[in-house]
Amino acid sequence: MTSDLVLTGISKQFSGHRAVHELDLTVPQGEFFALLGPSGCGKTTTLRMVAGLEEPTAGTIRLGEQDITGLRPYKRPVNTVFQNYALFPHLDIFENVAFGLRRRGIKEVKQKVGEMLDLVELGAYGKRKPGQLSGGQQQRVALARALINRPQVLLLDEPLGALDLKLRRQMQIELKRIQTEVGITFVHVTHDQEEAMTMADTIAVMNAGVIEQLGSPAELYDLPATTFVANFLGQSNLVRATILGQADGSLVVDVHGGKVTVPVPRCRVTEGDVWMGIRPEKVFLAPAGSEEDAGSNVLRSAVVTDVSYIGVSTQYLAKLPWGQELTMFEQNTGARAALKVGDAVDLHWQPSHTFVLDAAQDAHAGVEDIAE
Amino acid sequence: MTRVGRWIGRHLILFIGLLVLLYLFAPIFVVMLMSFNAPTSKLTYTFDGFTWQNWLHPCRPSGLCEAVSVSLRIGLAATVIATALGTLMAFAMVRQRFRGRSATNLFIFLPMASPEIVLGSSLLALFVSSGFGGRLGFWTILIAHVMFCLSFVVVTVKARLTGMDSRLEQAAMDLYANEWQTFWRITFPLVFPGILAAALLSFSLSFDDFIITNLNAGTTVTFPMFVWGSAQRDIPPQINVVGTAMFLLALVFVLGGELARRRRRSTRAR
Amino acid sequence: MSAIVPVSAAGKTERSGRRLTAYLLLLPGGLWLLLFFVVPIVTLLAASLYDPDGSIEAGFSMTWSWHNYVDALADYARPFGRSLWYALLTTAFCLLLGYPLAYAIAFKAGRWRNVMLALVIAPFFTSFLIRTLSWKLLLSDNGFVVDALKAVHILGSDGRLLATTAAVVTGLTYNFLPFMVLPLYASLEKIDHRLIEAGGDLFAGPFTTFRTVTLPLSMPGVVAGTLLTFIPAAGDYINAQLLGTPKQRMIGNDIQRLFAAGAYPTAAALSVTLMAAIVVLVLFYVRRAGTEELV
Repeated sequence: MTSDLVLTGISKQFSGHRAVHELDLTVPQGEFFALLGPSGCGKTTTLRMVAGLEEPTAGTIRLGEQDITGLRPYKRPVNTVFQNYALFPHLDIFENVAFGLRRRGIKEVKQKVGEMLDLVELGAYGKRKPGQLSGGQQQRVALARALINRPQVLLLDEPLGALDLKLRRQMQIELKRIQTEVGITFVHVTHDQEEAMTMADTIAVMNAGVIEQLGSPAELYDLPATTFVANFLGQSNLVRATILGQADGSLVVDVHGGKVTVPVPRCRVTEGDVWMGIRPEKVFLAPAGSEEDAGSNVLRSAVVTDVSYIGVSTQYLAKLPWGQELTMFEQNTGARAALKVGDAVDLHWQPSHTFVLDAAQDAHAGVEDIAE
Repeated sequence: MTRVGRWIGRHLILFIGLLVLLYLFAPIFVVMLMSFNAPTSKLTYTFDGFTWQNWLHPCRPSGLCEAVSVSLRIGLAATVIATALGTLMAFAMVRQRFRGRSATNLFIFLPMASPEIVLGSSLLALFVSSGFGGRLGFWTILIAHVMFCLSFVVVTVKARLTGMDSRLEQAAMDLYANEWQTFWRITFPLVFPGILAAALLSFSLSFDDFIITNLNAGTTVTFPMFVWGSAQRDIPPQINVVGTAMFLLALVFVLGGELARRRRRSTRAR
Repeated sequence: MSAIVPVSAAGKTERSGRRLTAYLLLLPGGLWLLLFFVVPIVTLLAASLYDPDGSIEAGFSMTWSWHNYVDALADYARPFGRSLWYALLTTAFCLLLGYPLAYAIAFKAGRWRNVMLALVIAPFFTSFLIRTLSWKLLLSDNGFVVDALKAVHILGSDGRLLATTAAVVTGLTYNFLPFMVLPLYASLEKIDHRLIEAGGDLFAGPFTTFRTVTLPLSMPGVVAGTLLTFIPAAGDYINAQLLGTPKQRMIGNDIQRLFAAGAYPTAAALSVTLMAAIVVLVLFYVRRAGTEELV
């Protein structure tokens, strides 16, 4: 029996603003699923609707055969790990973890709690109170408290947000390991795109109450469907262009005078004005005038305007003849010396790494701005 | 500046604070002292001699212990009623959404901010004009006490409730507790200190009240009324025995709570 | 009792169900306050307009005698003004004494904070009549306080403290000090220490930091404390009676006496006037101080 989580037409309207708009979503059983998006995009609201803590204005939620839309939270086979852990301060760790079992009248509480605490490596902490634990330990208790009930779906609301970087990386690996071991469907809400890509099998990128794109991390990163996704996941260079025509399964695109080819499957629109997109790490900066490989896309006559050494890589900014500055990452393999500001360069990349998006979209969507 | 001068400067505020605290306690010392007084004359209120008699025979002055008993009974009853009603109101105001919230806020604050003479006299006016003028006593006093304690209870419980993270209740429901179980296992234990504080406050306000009580008591005599009456005549030292006892009881309560809190805190790892 | 919107098929009825819960919870307490606070005030207003020639035995008839107010104020203007003046003095002294204490507890007490708070609250549990009587003893003519003051020549050789304005104000200040200290403390305690540090960081000396950072941030506490002190002090009569002479008589004494004597309309008129005066002063004060959150 599969218990896929299916949201159909889910909407949530708060007085004054619309948090979620006609969302359709299927989370297959056993998958590690991430809801990714900036704050205010509706991801937490969606999660809470699945948990039963928020009531949908419209739409249905089904878990396998069961319609759980109208069910109270305590009637759903769904558990939540809260953002601030929400551990009961007046109960010790043992009782916190045992809480769900006791409410359901399950026997052998002591044994089950012991096993679960061992799983999260907090076996000796049963008698302590939440206030005596560190943030990372509290997080693991919250996880244990939810997992022990063997829910069909485990919801995680930015559970790693309060942890420092090193601990967060550790917990990301832990969570992934536990999920694989236990086999439960995880729905993980986060605004950290690296976190989502590391942990999830499938990511849904949300913005302003709608899902912009859904797919595996590689799919989303390699072929973004909208400018928002292109900018929110990693970085993208988006250049204004026009589609000239089609030849041999590729579209020919005019980029400020230069000609660029893009395979048709990688184009979201096939005519008119477009954004031509290329990821910074896919571009090779060749000295100006050098010969390109056959079939490469080239943009000529750029000038390096900034060089930033980041240890693993060097980040370049290069200004194109029409004034736009594009970003390039080059891994510091030591294969060649770094370029200098003022160097004249040409940009080379593979057509299969290019993507084309509708020009009507905002090229700054999804970019994190200090001014915001 | 000299070292001493600098030390004083830094601790000046603390020093002044302690002085004020001493000022607060000066009459208490007098009360405690006078509880051991053996008065030689009925006319003067001075310390004449030391005796244990007052503590051994606290009920000797006629009417004293009856008055204390009346005050205790009213205090207990008023506390129970005011705490119950006030807690319900506090829950409504913090956890429920409804129109007229700020109006209700004002409504609750008004009795706390009205002079006792106005509260008492208006109640008297009510009782008289509705025909109960001849039946003032225990019940009218009780009604009055619940009335002015309510606001204090609401404010105290509200303060505790707003400090409580509502996500704890959400977590409980997520973990299969229905509304009833959530309330009793999560909400109530966490609000309880506030409810307890409100009850203690209620009791002390009720026990100590004079102005409102005096206007609405008829022939019933509460402890503060007894004290007032005796202030016009002679002041039996047993009054100070009761006063000292109440003070020590309160001190034990409050300091005991603090000790318990410290012991709990010392078991924490951090 | 639930913190969040319950899920159900019909969202609209669930929301009005929640509102119903709210009204149900408010009902018992609200009804009590309505019956025994609001209605009495209205009754008081009505009683102030009764025929002043009535009595408890004969009953009172409503004659819409607005002149009760005129008569009452004419006869009792002095104690009335005196009450407001004493209340003002009391509030000022309470603020002067209470602020350092609250500040000390909030910022300087460290581990002893709760103990000090307990010490502020504990005397409150002793009957305030008894404590006021103790002041009578402390300030008596042959008590050590008067002797000490005579020794340092603050008081003349035939000076006394009891039965003076000073005694009454001292008693009033004493009785209402906790009402000033506790709201002040609550307000001061909430102030983020880092704000004060920021003041120092921006080159303000300790006094300037206090004036520009701490004091404004503690205003809600100051407003609450002054209100909770001024208002009851204006209506008090215990201190005046026990520690003063008829020359220090406050309006509360007269209202109490008139009620006891059965002169309800006059007493009610005075009561209403007192209430009105306070309301006016409070509104004016609160608007100028500019804080909304009192409760």
